[in-house]
Amino acid sequence: MKVAKRTFDAVIVGAGGAGLRAALQLSEAGMKTAVLTKVFPTRSHTVAAQGGVAASLGNSTEDNWHWHMYDTVKGSDWLGDQDAIEFMVKKANEVVVELEHYGMPFDRTDNGKIYQRPFGGHSQNYGQTPVSRSCAAADRTGHAMLHALYQRNVRANTQFFVEWMAMDLIRNADGDVLGVTAMEMETGEVSIFHAKATIFATGGAGRIYYSSTNAFINTGDGVGMAARAGIPLEDMEFWQFHPTGVAGAGVLITEGVRGEGGILRNASGERFMERYAPNLKDLASRDVVSRAMTTEINEGRGCGSAKDHVLLDITHLSPETINKRLPGIREISIQFAGVDPIKALIPVVPTCHYQMGGIPTNYKGQVVVPKDGNSNVPIVGFYAAGECACASVHGANRLGTNSLLDLLVFGKAAGETVVSDFQSGQLKLQPLPEDAADVSLARIARLETQTGGEDVHEVRLEMQRVMQKHAGVFRFADVMKEGVTKIMEVAERAKRTQIKDKSKVWNTARTEALELDNLIEVAKATMVSAEARKESRGAHVRDDAIDCAETPNGRDDVNWLKHTLWYSQGNRLDYKPVNLQPMSADVEPIALAKRTY
Amino acid sequence: MTLNRGRVRWQCRRALLELDLVFARFLERHFDHLTDDQLADLDDLLIVEDHDLWAMINGSQPVTNDRWKEMVDLLRAG
Repeated sequence: MKVAKRTFDAVIVGAGGAGLRAALQLSEAGMKTAVLTKVFPTRSHTVAAQGGVAASLGNSTEDNWHWHMYDTVKGSDWLGDQDAIEFMVKKANEVVVELEHYGMPFDRTDNGKIYQRPFGGHSQNYGQTPVSRSCAAADRTGHAMLHALYQRNVRANTQFFVEWMAMDLIRNADGDVLGVTAMEMETGEVSIFHAKATIFATGGAGRIYYSSTNAFINTGDGVGMAARAGIPLEDMEFWQFHPTGVAGAGVLITEGVRGEGGILRNASGERFMERYAPNLKDLASRDVVSRAMTTEINEGRGCGSAKDHVLLDITHLSPETINKRLPGIREISIQFAGVDPIKALIPVVPTCHYQMGGIPTNYKGQVVVPKDGNSNVPIVGFYAAGECACASVHGANRLGTNSLLDLLVFGKAAGETVVSDFQSGQLKLQPLPEDAADVSLARIARLETQTGGEDVHEVRLEMQRVMQKHAGVFRFADVMKEGVTKIMEVAERAKRTQIKDKSKVWNTARTEALELDNLIEVAKATMVSAEARKESRGAHVRDDAIDCAETPNGRDDVNWLKHTLWYSQGNRLDYKPVNLQPMSADVEPIALAKRTY
Repeated sequence: MTLNRGRVRWQCRRALLELDLVFARFLERHFDHLTDDQLADLDDLLIVEDHDLWAMINGSQPVTNDRWKEMVDLLRAG
């Protein structure tokens, strides 16, 4: 079947922070650039980022990139690649100052510099004292960033294809990437976007979990597309859980609530964090608090009729403090938990927040795969940046404010690499295979003709329940093993989804069915990778991993200091070494140590 | 011009989970019963930036356009 074809120098999928930053690099270099996005660019999930962007500007307290690098490596539980981390922290000041020049309204100090505030995990002098490293624009940092980048792209003539759903990666016989197929939602027609370079910046897939802070658009489209096209996914067992999502809804209650004196209580009203973290109590790090909450629930001390959550208590704070210091919390609590936190306790559960793994890349933003004995061979024409990619800078656990930094640095880096390869003539428009659109057309045709199939919402819900129960905060060998069987069963059901509405124009049911195809790849990758990793590291915490001198916190560097690679084809696993060598001679490798705060 | 309901429905997908949850409930209970005029009001409201839209729905910011009031009330009511 003949499909329309559009040709560009580069096609970028996703118009959040990473996609817009990459697009800017290309368009300003004069490349003909298309950006495909499901939703209007400034409605990308980057908008939800509040905390800020990390950079060792040293405007508020003394700081330097060496300290930032140490914090990031330690935060990653040594699973982050030290070359990529060095690259990111060294580039931080540059990308933040650039944004300032693009008109981003950062908060200011009295003398006009970018104001910086402290954030968990960031320190001075290699873990000694907290540092002010986060640059923010009030509580709308992500929003302000997206607007600044979008305006700049409009000026640079980036061509946006808004409300287009990318469907499948196009590869030739050598495995080179030649573009993507995409469906225009308005018409339901599939087109080919043929390009010399393809950049994925599609964000995370937090919707694989039942309880997630992520917006509904976060369906891991690029990650799923890459997996279906034979590209392995890296370190997908590592997901960051935020301790305080509203039970049943997922909406985030900011860490600031505990900073202002909020207390977590179990069914008997006990302040249980005193038992788990006697010094820091409710202010302990995200993973410590999440595990403590999960233990309380697992051991029957949860609240509510299902005993499936704990309670966050701020009733001892004055209404003035709540209204003034914690704006928005009262509204969220009333709307989604049905309780006024001035009078009653907020039901909360640890909630999926951020995907550390993703499409494997190097620090230049090139997608890399194992080939002929080399673990990191770039795929010609394919690049990725932001939450969908795994550079890997976050390793097993991400520090707050490093995600906005990640998308700026690696969005720009991917853009610079593409521009450089384009200008040197290395990137060529390669002939499309005859069958370039066949896979996508077959997916659409199947949805049109499927009978006796499965309901999309039911399959998605079952996937989310399996992931929540079997690959949650605290992981047990037998539960994960059972989870692998269950998620493979759900994946079989996902192959037979059926939609009632067969119309072509603005068929949102069809879009949701296509999204589920992506989500399920991510769910399988997560479940299988998690079951296989026989240690605790960062966000992956097993009940049976022993904390002793050889395996601190259950971390087994002898056997498991390596990146997971999951292949959809054959549902198989491979591994590759962690790069413990920094990029330059400017810094010594950060030596392995027990991660304690 | 008649608006396409599917397009308006898709544009209820937002950047913030808070709004997704409010709109999910709204789509289930109210969307199919909207008149063409109400649909046009909703379409107009959907242009508002997400943080401002959420602030209007949760009442921390006033609804700045009379045309949006009915839809905001429906979104609030659940």
